[in-house]
Amino acid sequence: MYQTLVFAPLVGFLIAGVFGRTIGARASEIVTTGLLFLSAILAWVAFVKVGYGHQSAHVDIANWFTSGDLKVSWAFRVDTLTAVMLVVVCSVSALVHLYSIGYMHEDESRPRFFAYLSLFTFAMLMLVTADNLVQMFFGWEGVGLASYLLIGFWYQKPSANAAAIKAFVVNRVGDFGYALGIFLVFALTGSVGFEEIFAKAPELANKSIMAFGYSWDAMTLTCLLLFMGACGKSAQFLLHTWLPDAMEGPTPVSALIHAATMVTAGVFMVARLSPLFEQAPVALSVVTIVGGTTAFFAATIGLVQNDIKRVIAYSTCSQLGYMFVALGVGGYQLGIFHLFTHAFFKALLFLGAGSVIHAMHHEQDMRNMGGLRSKIPFTFAMMTIGTLALTGFGIPFTSIGFAGFVSKDAIIEAAYASDRFGHTYAFLLVVVAAGLTSFYSWRLVFLTFFGEPKGSGHDADSLHSHADHGTDDHGAHEPHESPMVMLIPLALLALGAVVAGFAFKGVFFGAGQEEFWKEALSVSKDNKILEAMENVPHLVSLLPTLMMAGGFLLAYFMYIVAPGSAKAVAQANPVLYRFLLNKWYFDELYDFIFVRPAFWLGRLFWKGGDGKLIDGLGPDGVAARVVDVTNRVVVLQSGYVYHYAFAMMIGVAALISWYLIGGVR
Amino acid sequence: MNAPIFALAPVLPEIIVSLGALGLILLGALRGETAAWLVAELAVAILGVAIIVVLRHPDTTGADFSGSFIDDAFGRYMKVLSLIGALVALLLSLDFTAREKFASFEYPILILLSTIGMMLMASANDLIALYMGLELSSLALYVIAAIKRDDVKSSEAGLKYFVLGALSSGMLLYGASLIYGFSGTVSFNGIAHAIHGQVSIGVIFGLVFMMAGMAFKISAVPFHMWTPDVYEGAPTPVTAFFASAPKMAAVAMMVRILSTAFPGIVTQWQQIVGFLAILSMLLGAFAAIGQTNIKRLMAYSSIGHMGFALVGLAAGTQIGVQGVLIYMTIYLLMTLGTFAAIISMRRNGQMVETIADLAGLSKTNGKMAFFLAMMMFSLAGIPPLAGFFGKFYVIGAAMEAHLYTLSTIAVLASVVSAFYYLRIVKIMYLDDSVGAFDKPYWVVDWALVLSGIFVLAFWVYPSPIIIGAMAAAKSLF
Repeated sequence: MYQTLVFAPLVGFLIAGVFGRTIGARASEIVTTGLLFLSAILAWVAFVKVGYGHQSAHVDIANWFTSGDLKVSWAFRVDTLTAVMLVVVCSVSALVHLYSIGYMHEDESRPRFFAYLSLFTFAMLMLVTADNLVQMFFGWEGVGLASYLLIGFWYQKPSANAAAIKAFVVNRVGDFGYALGIFLVFALTGSVGFEEIFAKAPELANKSIMAFGYSWDAMTLTCLLLFMGACGKSAQFLLHTWLPDAMEGPTPVSALIHAATMVTAGVFMVARLSPLFEQAPVALSVVTIVGGTTAFFAATIGLVQNDIKRVIAYSTCSQLGYMFVALGVGGYQLGIFHLFTHAFFKALLFLGAGSVIHAMHHEQDMRNMGGLRSKIPFTFAMMTIGTLALTGFGIPFTSIGFAGFVSKDAIIEAAYASDRFGHTYAFLLVVVAAGLTSFYSWRLVFLTFFGEPKGSGHDADSLHSHADHGTDDHGAHEPHESPMVMLIPLALLALGAVVAGFAFKGVFFGAGQEEFWKEALSVSKDNKILEAMENVPHLVSLLPTLMMAGGFLLAYFMYIVAPGSAKAVAQANPVLYRFLLNKWYFDELYDFIFVRPAFWLGRLFWKGGDGKLIDGLGPDGVAARVVDVTNRVVVLQSGYVYHYAFAMMIGVAALISWYLIGGVR
Repeated sequence: MNAPIFALAPVLPEIIVSLGALGLILLGALRGETAAWLVAELAVAILGVAIIVVLRHPDTTGADFSGSFIDDAFGRYMKVLSLIGALVALLLSLDFTAREKFASFEYPILILLSTIGMMLMASANDLIALYMGLELSSLALYVIAAIKRDDVKSSEAGLKYFVLGALSSGMLLYGASLIYGFSGTVSFNGIAHAIHGQVSIGVIFGLVFMMAGMAFKISAVPFHMWTPDVYEGAPTPVTAFFASAPKMAAVAMMVRILSTAFPGIVTQWQQIVGFLAILSMLLGAFAAIGQTNIKRLMAYSSIGHMGFALVGLAAGTQIGVQGVLIYMTIYLLMTLGTFAAIISMRRNGQMVETIADLAGLSKTNGKMAFFLAMMMFSLAGIPPLAGFFGKFYVIGAAMEAHLYTLSTIAVLASVVSAFYYLRIVKIMYLDDSVGAFDKPYWVVDWALVLSGIFVLAFWVYPSPIIIGAMAAAKSLF
């Protein structure tokens, strides 16, 4: 069963990728989508079997390679954590496949698109089912590759290519840390298999390791390196810059890869390696602080962005920060639960945004939208559900509320209740971020769906940048509701966004959690975060809801009651506004520190080093000498027999002299 | 089994070819020039039968004529190579001789006689037998080189080859007599018994002279000077023959005598072989760059390739010999394929031989251009084509024998030589066409395609050749 589940998308990829041109776009769509739905069904079966039936499985596929002590095999480790991820990945991927049939219907390279989507899904499944670090790295790089290919899917657009390269390069920084972390784990434990590593983890606490003439705590260093990988993949503070640019890809890609699945790989990785992280409290503090910082910082940028997808992208970044805060304070269950619910409502928001963009004929700037509520009522309803889920709407002191209410508020409580170094910092930031989240989410809804229609919805010079859409075959410019094939996924995701919270709370971190998780997450004896959460002051429990309400009211005031006031606030604080609008100037900073020196160095090595030194002395110089030698040798070939005979005699004489002078040894 | 006739069983392939040659002489004498084509076809058939007989021979070692003649796995392996070379060269010349009007029934017969000599060289187990085989093959080759009597270049080639060949023969004989004088025996096993450890300078003298004679046969530098002139002057199918079969036999002879007669002084002959190898590889690489005639280019190419084969021999180990055998096998097929392409270079009924004539071949004859390009890539040693593996095995063996300088030079020489192989590909694919070639004879076409497939697919299923070479090398040690 697990083999079918994991390899079905690979089969889809191969069929659509290799035979896509032959069998045509429609067949490619049906094959890949059909196989993904098969995987999704199996994933839910697995979820019930593993989570509720407690039948975790270990499936050996093949030996990958053996080199000395290093033994790596292809194998699936299916425990509750994996099962949760399987459900998330397969469900969202299946819905996105279905949605893309409608969204991409004008594109000429649909077989390629669906092939990439399936390739991504396969790589992601390899990642979450991995039973050793190397296989996980395989999946990790596989999703990175698929992400690169999909961000740059419209390769005719220079901005898409630039974004694809940026995503790849920034991820490389993180992957470097991850790879080093794997090496270190192997050096410490002599194995890369999770089973063996986890068994040895407790002995490794307080062990130290020498590097750069300084003695480091081995587990702290390992976990920090691994977390560096997680930071890259999950777009955490300092390595986040690629995620907003990744929105250059088609919107279904953003929903699948850059909201629901791939970017959560870092969260999954830390949770998977929780037995290691539990031995490294310092590393967990770093995780908490970085997570809190990201949650706050990304939310502030989200406040002022005008591109509908970028707002959601920063929101994703911010929500990932929440998940890391949960992991950092030891609430792995909470982090994974937020990952689970977030996948539904964020994919919903992205696909909803895609539906809006589709309706507006590829317009993405919210300033040109407005009043879409009556034109595309279904999308409006779905987006509202998504927003309610994201902002955490619910009834305080109960479990009744939208998905985000249950999972996010739990994280905030956990951050308060923790005694981890840095928890207060993280707590304050995530509380503020909750308010900011509410503000920018409602701002998005108000700008898009309320007020007066602005702009024609069709700005010819900037919007038809991808070539297949060059001719306008829509006829009218009137916004229109999307086809059913796009609306059904929205409805299903909305269902998840509404019920996922209270339906699964019990097993994820409520009374049934120990039964549910079993061995999948390792929580040390003195980790009492889940009990401590129960006893937080009422004010703390109420705080997220208050922040949410505050954000909503502020947005309502600024964009509905007094529509001009937003601009006025911006004008009153020009420095702050520009600081936020330019994303804290991170791109400029990186450009200055890394990109330009790299270009300068590159040019130096290219023109000076390669051009002058190596080509001059190397190939060009050698080539010239070769020609000289050739000319001389050819002259020897005179054509006279006696010259030839003489050469033979010289040869014999030379050989004999060699022995006479050198002596016979 | 005790009947005297069974004692001749190890010599059966040689007997078949000899009787066949005599029969064909009778046929030719009775039927005259008109029988040329028939004789050639029958000669092909005889060679084919000989190949089958050698291949189906049980895996045993037998000796004959008081140990002068040895029939072992090594000898059989090299005989098959020589026979294949002769057979394909003869096939390539079928149509050619008729068109160029030098079709005569003597030509196939001379090739058969020369082939008998080569088979003896591969099986010779004492100095006398070795010299007999060598002279039998050489005398026939002198005549074949000059077979186109009314062509000045062909006559010149034959004459030069004869004069220099006589000189090298003399050197070999002189060396052999010195060896006999110092060891008191002509049998290889006896020499091995007599010569080992510290040896006198006289033995080294003998060894050097013998090596010179053999190096002439495989055209190793500095005994190579005849090669470009003869390759260019002789008719192209004859050149194909020169580049293939005699090289196999000469390498067989060299490997056998060094491995079985002089295993006691490996360090001494290693130096000579290394010296020849380095010079051959370098000259083969550098001198070929300046060539405009493709047959001359192939001459230098073959000099370079013999250098590579000697790298394996210089290792002086069983693995080294195995590498040499694999290298020679691959070299044989690459050479035959390339010459098949060169024989197809005929425009308006005239043979053309310059590299520039290949310009734009990809547009006029895509199939030929593709397979010739594969030959060039393989000769240059670009993976995963067969030529790469040949180089890989010999250089690997040299590395194992700690001959690092030699290995490094081998790699560098192969880099330099890649230039002129790739230049041919570039000319075929990127330059403007200078006109199409005539349609080649179907046999020639097939020779190119089959050897092209061999070169392309070697890596898929190399084990028959690897295992055969391993068994052959083992029989010497």
